Amino acid sequence: MLRIKNLESGYGRLKVLKKVTMHIGAGEIVTIIGANGAGKTSLLRTISGLLRAHAGEIVFDTREISRLPAEKIVFLGCSMVPEGRQVFAPMTVKENILLGAYPQFRRKEGKSVRDDFERVYGIFPRLRERERQLAGTLSGGEQQMLAIARALMARPKLVMMDEPSMGLAPLVIKDIFSVVTKLREAGSTVLLVEQNAKAALGIADRGYVLETGRIIMEGAAEDLLSNREVQRAYLGRDLDAEGKM
Amino acid sequence: MYWEPDKECMDREELEQLQIERLQSTLNRVYAHVPFYRKKFDALGISPEEIGSLSDLSRLPFTTKEDVRANYPYGLFAVPLREVVRIHASSGSTETSSVVGYTRNDITMWSKLVARILVAGGVTKDDVVQVSFRYGLFTGGFGLHYGAERLGASVIPASSGNTARQIQIMKDFKTTALVSTPSYAMLVADTIREMGIPVSALSLKYGLFGGEPWSEKMRREIQDALGIVATDNYGLSEVIGPGVSGECLERNGLHINEDHFLVEVIDPKTLQPVPPGETGELVVTTLTKEAFPMIRYRTRDLTSLHAGDCPCGRTGRRMSRLSGRTDEMLIIRGMKVSPAKIASLLFEIEGNEPEYRIVVDRKGAMDEVTVLVGAAAEPPFGEDRRHVGTAVETIRKRLTHDLGVAVDVKLVGKKDLEPVGGGSQRVVDRRKL
Repeated sequence: MLRIKNLESGYGRLKVLKKVTMHIGAGEIVTIIGANGAGKTSLLRTISGLLRAHAGEIVFDTREISRLPAEKIVFLGCSMVPEGRQVFAPMTVKENILLGAYPQFRRKEGKSVRDDFERVYGIFPRLRERERQLAGTLSGGEQQMLAIARALMARPKLVMMDEPSMGLAPLVIKDIFSVVTKLREAGSTVLLVEQNAKAALGIADRGYVLETGRIIMEGAAEDLLSNREVQRAYLGRDLDAEGKM
Repeated sequence: MYWEPDKECMDREELEQLQIERLQSTLNRVYAHVPFYRKKFDALGISPEEIGSLSDLSRLPFTTKEDVRANYPYGLFAVPLREVVRIHASSGSTETSSVVGYTRNDITMWSKLVARILVAGGVTKDDVVQVSFRYGLFTGGFGLHYGAERLGASVIPASSGNTARQIQIMKDFKTTALVSTPSYAMLVADTIREMGIPVSALSLKYGLFGGEPWSEKMRREIQDALGIVATDNYGLSEVIGPGVSGECLERNGLHINEDHFLVEVIDPKTLQPVPPGETGELVVTTLTKEAFPMIRYRTRDLTSLHAGDCPCGRTGRRMSRLSGRTDEMLIIRGMKVSPAKIASLLFEIEGNEPEYRIVVDRKGAMDEVTVLVGAAAEPPFGEDRRHVGTAVETIRKRLTHDLGVAVDVKLVGKKDLEPVGGGSQRVVDRRKL
């Protein structure tokens, strides 16, 4: 579905991504884990066209997309759920979701939007209950669901999520992650960027570990979970203390 | 039958994407964690970031057996020792052996790769697998054992030695697959004949042999004598142990586990790659190892690479069966004799590697080979403790038979084998003096 080769990008002269090579197969949940500042968000922003690639290639399906503007990439079927939800607080839930249907209107398929609403409400019944409520009055978890719903309106083949668990209570995180698995069951492919490595690896098929802009490990999620370096650095296990017990 | 069909029958383009991803992350890890590699890369002015495609591999430095020895014991480990759950070492005297380590993930991965090779060689979870490789520092025993267990077969950890008892076990436990060196399989075949046991009394179906080069002639002899299908498999401890490649039942070359190992074949003199199909030295880079990653290891084994169009459906490239070693090949009366082969035979007969020296001399026009074997404090040949004379005779017969060259064997005190002028002096060729 997505193939990235030797991708480099950054901000001005600051190089953030250094030769990142990775792939996502259709129907997979792939997670990228890494510490703050490792380049996870930059990677998602580069794929989605918000940040210019300095070098390398990004092939989505069969198309090279690294030079395309962000909206074209969304039209091709690659949507992003941004970090920190970025919902429009003074607008209603329904209006926020409708914004995600922009590609349909551009394609003059506005009539199909009603079906898209049904599909999305099917996944998030709570949003239907609150469709007239202002987005700013929703809880953090509901806002995250709204951000996902908005991305799903564009009928993406690939959904990229940036830190969906950020700032949420453990129970809410569980809800969000069960939505991610549901998306896959519904045929979507998911690229999940997370600091909550344990939760992410718990639902992912494969993972990449990003460290200072480089991929230092790749593997099946279960293998990464049992890697002691990953455990120490990203899963918060204090192995030295455990050893003394 | 496949063990991991999605990997073994992977589309080439997909495989190459996976290989470059894994190569880059391996390079990032060794550069960060193994000073040996960092120094070598820095000296050549190469940073892992410059490796953007598989063809860039040739810009990286080779790693040799000498490099591994120089970093004895743990210098090339890429993880702290506390993350290592297993340590093996290659044969050789202590100071010349390669010490290798495995993390828990490495062991899991290794088991899966060996399971692939067992399945390719005909073994299923319903088989009774007798592992007659020596269990110990040597990777063969444990490597095959874990793979066979992973597959779900019933594993008999018979280890090596006491051939009569092994055959009894084979008969009584209804062993269906024998895993050993090919020369041990020959010994089993001979012993069965001597014991007067008909092959029909055994349940053997498959034999998976590795650990040393062996000929098609040997294969035919083993297959006929034991009534089995014999396949070849390959690996070396510096890379992982068994599990690098193995034959399927088509027996037309060893399928390489290319999603875990990047292979090249080079001309050992020019160090340049040879065209596909031509013989040269095998060079292996590990793609997934955590504890002991290896970059461009010169195996000294001679082979050739072939496209993966095997009728079995596996898509990985195949390597031809080993045609020898690049190092110290002796030509005795026109026959190529590998000291490594002599070492592995001694190892096989005695159960551990004895001290030895190979002396080649020329009497008139004839080359003469004498193998000096260091006597241990205990009776040296545990399998048959009657007396030393028989032991010497056993070794002489075995070496002469398997090497195809008449060899004399002498038992000497360990003192007689001490190095005369540095180096282990395993081979003394007096013909040149």
